[in-house]
Amino acid sequence: MQSNAALEYDYSLAKKFTFLTILFGFLAMLVGTLIAAQMAFPELNYLIGEYGTFSRLRPIHTNTAVFGFTVSGIFATWFYVGQRVLKVSMAESKFLMVIGNIQFWIYFVGALLATISLLFGISSSKEYAQYQWPFDLVVVVIWVLWGVGMMGLIGIRREKALYISVWYYLACFLGIAMLYLFNNMAIPTYFATEGLGSIFHSVSFYAGTNDALVQWWYGHNAVAFGFTVPIVGMIYYFLPKESGQAIYSYKLSLLSFWGLMFVYLWAGSHHLLWSTVPDWMQTMGSAFSIVLILPSWGSAINMLLTMKGEWNQLTDNPLIKFMVLASTFYMLSTIEGPIQAIRSVNAIAHFTDWIPGHVHDGVLGWVVFMIMAAIFHMAPRMFKREIYSKKLMEAQFWLQTIAVVLYFTSMWIAGITQGMMWRAVDEYGNLMYSFIDTVTVLHPYYTIRTLSGVMYLLGFMMFAYNIYKTMTSGRQLTEEPQFRTPMA
Amino acid sequence: MDMDLRNLQGYASFFMSLFLVVMLYWYIIHLYRSEKKGERDYEKYGNIALDDEVTSTPVEDKPASEREYKEENK
Ligand code: HEM
Repeated sequence: MQSNAALEYDYSLAKKFTFLTILFGFLAMLVGTLIAAQMAFPELNYLIGEYGTFSRLRPIHTNTAVFGFTVSGIFATWFYVGQRVLKVSMAESKFLMVIGNIQFWIYFVGALLATISLLFGISSSKEYAQYQWPFDLVVVVIWVLWGVGMMGLIGIRREKALYISVWYYLACFLGIAMLYLFNNMAIPTYFATEGLGSIFHSVSFYAGTNDALVQWWYGHNAVAFGFTVPIVGMIYYFLPKESGQAIYSYKLSLLSFWGLMFVYLWAGSHHLLWSTVPDWMQTMGSAFSIVLILPSWGSAINMLLTMKGEWNQLTDNPLIKFMVLASTFYMLSTIEGPIQAIRSVNAIAHFTDWIPGHVHDGVLGWVVFMIMAAIFHMAPRMFKREIYSKKLMEAQFWLQTIAVVLYFTSMWIAGITQGMMWRAVDEYGNLMYSFIDTVTVLHPYYTIRTLSGVMYLLGFMMFAYNIYKTMTSGRQLTEEPQFRTPMA
Repeated sequence: MDMDLRNLQGYASFFMSLFLVVMLYWYIIHLYRSEKKGERDYEKYGNIALDDEVTSTPVEDKPASEREYKEENK
């Protein structure tokens, strides 16, 4: 099989999706910082009429972060990792290259149009599922193309065993496919009302409590199969490869995989505690959320132990720093989530700022850190150049780490304060505070979050600049580095 | 106690969970047992990430009788 000496991996698709990851990452975080500022300084809502209001911008932030940034990162790394662990080049199949490129262009144009549609208020109003049905259909096409490409590559592989990362990418593919289809089932009101409604407005197949249950079965598992599963797949490849150390325990990785698959799907109803869904479902959501600590920490500990005996790399390779911090934040958010899913804690935490606090120690500390680390690792291999600046990378690391800490600490304090104030009663049982009292008290914390957003965004721009300079003026490499990423 | 659909769903969910828990524990035992018996060496798959040139020799699974890696790894 090794007859073709000139055979090389084809990184063209990985590169294209890397550019999109950076583009959408910048957009998502820019809008995130703006909406954070709006919560501290409400006048900022009225800069550009209806298009600049919090309600229009928030879905743009979340959807661009999830379906723009994270999904591009998943595609970029798949088109890199997939080839390498299957030991087969995309260049060996014209068909797969064509499919991949079609996927890229439909995705790029589709994601831009979908974002614009949200700006114009075309929305189905279900969280993380706001895209209206025409865009849902585009999403289906993109996903099918990715699936065909993925199965195709697996079909022509040389490596018989599927490396654990491939399992995770496959789970991401299957999980999102199932969830997205079920939750987005809807009928355009135009067809349901003999022309009175609109083509761009639809109602869900489900109603009332059922709708809530399907929505959070989807919503929570979007976190599972979008923010967890593929990112774990990434770290299982990039950390061993960067450090030159094989996964600490491959068996543990397999076990955590099945554990995660089994437990995650049942935890979604923790979003509906104290609501009108059946009691046993709420209990099940709480219980499974707590059990979820086991597979999550199983993966995270496996990652940390991979560095066993090699901890010196943590101090002299900033890329290892990014990844170790990412797994640490993964541990933090996977212990925090289960705590919030305990009913009595949830009674305080629900609807407060503690929830976005939890979301962002996960996404900023874990998802974005891991995706950036992956891109830093791939860049010298894709562009055949050394990373432009190690110093810049170090500075970015510290700036963003401090930003994450500022984000979640301010939101913890804000959230718990809010939760306590809402339920505080005087000796006669009257509520002690009105809503505006909490808003006043929270102002400093919203300001701190805005500052953290500015810092994190700045760090992301340093990252983008570093990659751009690597591409254009990094020192050229004569051969592909085996493990450690070279940097100037 | 009346057995309406809600109750049935609850019991179904409980027993399905129980079944899956048993399966998961069985899987742990299976992983360790097949290694102990020498049928498989899961840990070698970790090398797929490290040695991943398109020209590298695949780390594929051979039947136990033909395997040499055990000696190699020691
Ligand atoms: C500069 C960085 C970021 C800032 C300043 C920021 C800010 C915000 C703000 C202000 C909200 C609204 C919170 C509320 O309604 O009370 C939000 C929500 C959200 N953001 Fe971000 N964000 C950032 C990056 C990200 C990234 C990178 C992701 C994902 C990869 C992300 C995912 C989300 C999600 C899923 C929500 C919804 C949370 C919920 O419904 O509880 N954010 N963000």
